[in-house]
Amino acid sequence: MSSYIGRGIDQIDNISTLDNLSFNGSLQTFNLTQNSVAFVPVSADALQIQIDGVIQSGNYTVSGSTVTFDFTPSGSSVCNGIKHFGVGLLTTVSDSSITTAKLGADAVTTAKINDGAVTSGKIASGVIPSTRPNANPLIINGDMAVAQRGTSTSGITGSNQFVVDRFRFDEGADATLTMSQETLTSGNAFDVGFKKSLKVLVTTADGSLASNQSEQLMQQIEAQDLQLLKFGTSNAVNLTLAFWYKSNVTGTHVVTLDKSDSTRTTCPVEFTVSSANTWEHKVLNFNADATIKASTGAIANDNGTGLRVMWNLAYGSDYTSGTNGDWTQNGVSDFSTSNQQNIVATNSNYVELTGVQLEVGEFTSATIPPFQFESYGDNLFRCQRYYHKNDTTRWIGAYKRHDADTAFYYTMPRAMRTTPTLSSSDLGFFSNMQSALGSALSNLGGYEYDAENGTMIVDCDSNYSGTHTFIPSWESQVIEFSAEL
Amino acid sequence: MNIKTAKYKVYADGTKSVQVTDTNNLEYSVPMNNDNTDYQTVLQWVADGNTIQEAD
Repeated sequence: MSSYIGRGIDQIDNISTLDNLSFNGSLQTFNLTQNSVAFVPVSADALQIQIDGVIQSGNYTVSGSTVTFDFTPSGSSVCNGIKHFGVGLLTTVSDSSITTAKLGADAVTTAKINDGAVTSGKIASGVIPSTRPNANPLIINGDMAVAQRGTSTSGITGSNQFVVDRFRFDEGADATLTMSQETLTSGNAFDVGFKKSLKVLVTTADGSLASNQSEQLMQQIEAQDLQLLKFGTSNAVNLTLAFWYKSNVTGTHVVTLDKSDSTRTTCPVEFTVSSANTWEHKVLNFNADATIKASTGAIANDNGTGLRVMWNLAYGSDYTSGTNGDWTQNGVSDFSTSNQQNIVATNSNYVELTGVQLEVGEFTSATIPPFQFESYGDNLFRCQRYYHKNDTTRWIGAYKRHDADTAFYYTMPRAMRTTPTLSSSDLGFFSNMQSALGSALSNLGGYEYDAENGTMIVDCDSNYSGTHTFIPSWESQVIEFSAEL
Repeated sequence: MNIKTAKYKVYADGTKSVQVTDTNNLEYSVPMNNDNTDYQTVLQWVADGNTIQEAD
């Protein structure tokens, strides 16, 4: 037997020597004491009892300050010693003694953190920004609530098509589509607060795209609202695009950020539709790299288009040379990747979109800030910078000069992005509030637009015979004002 | 906007706009302002060899 060199184990902290037991050949239960004072062991395993030179194991239990053997020690047996391995060594760890190295990875569970105990100082810088750098969402009408033009348009075969405000669809192939604002009543997007969506439905398919054909849904963001991105500098920020998406077409889809002015710089990012006909939340990162940080990546500080966020429904091969996640300056050829699907390949294919948010910073699905729900009024007001329609109120008071020209002073809901285009599906008629004055109106126009106050002279030709006269009322007219990007 | 015809209109203050009729026979009054994207479309249409008719 090798010798133990060192101090006796009874001198080591937290090992106690108890008083020996005395046996009488009839008792099985004995009191445990230390210096004649009752002693409560932390457990049976914490005791080492030696009887007649044999260390006992598994043949006794403890309860409070007593030990009970499962045999009756004879009266001639001798208790050689009792050691208790106690606090600080085997069963209870000393205060402040557990080091980080002693903790296993993922060892600290949520249940072990007290409610309200995590302080801001424990969160690394940049993980959770204290506030967004932008006061309003970069994407306007991301919840698809505003649809000033109407709730559905069918037979779409051209570009520049709108139903839900600010979301433009370009049909550039041989398909025909219907675009509509949908009302949500269930599903994952509905469950997090979205009540409207934008749906693009294929009604005539184009399964064989020419190389230069395309189908894209987009929102164009005004350049002067994007200066906080600091593109074109070494401080260019990362961006995260999040949205709810539903389609019957599973597999790889692509969304692209396109900085179209000066040197076109594009970044396509792929995402996967995992389950058909199911709302899925997508969170995609567009990280700033050397290309977008170069001076040619800058966004002009003006009222033109700064960035296009494009959901790519179909692209011919002229547009699919892009690399997933890379900003490049190869023109339109890098709009998408070779994995791009042709959503218009089959009748009744569709995509549906809502909850679009573009955030400054790099986020995951776990860290993306919540969608900024705006009031309907605020949302509508922002949309009206780009489009509004007047179709319910008569205009009072105009002047008709010597010829057909008749001029009304019109105040818009707000100043628009630039001098708007005017159009009309119904010019209505002039009246004296009782009967029509003349029979036909034509040649709608507008001039003297005040860019600060949103006012202009709206001019229309009339066949009313009166000249240099007051026109009391313009009724039943539908006039659209568009300053879309 | 797919332009079929375009014609100038002159207003009381002497300014002009372009009155556009598209292929669906919808009419637009397009301001002659380079920031207006419809006017950019008109300019491209002219660059493609088309002509804006003079005002009456």
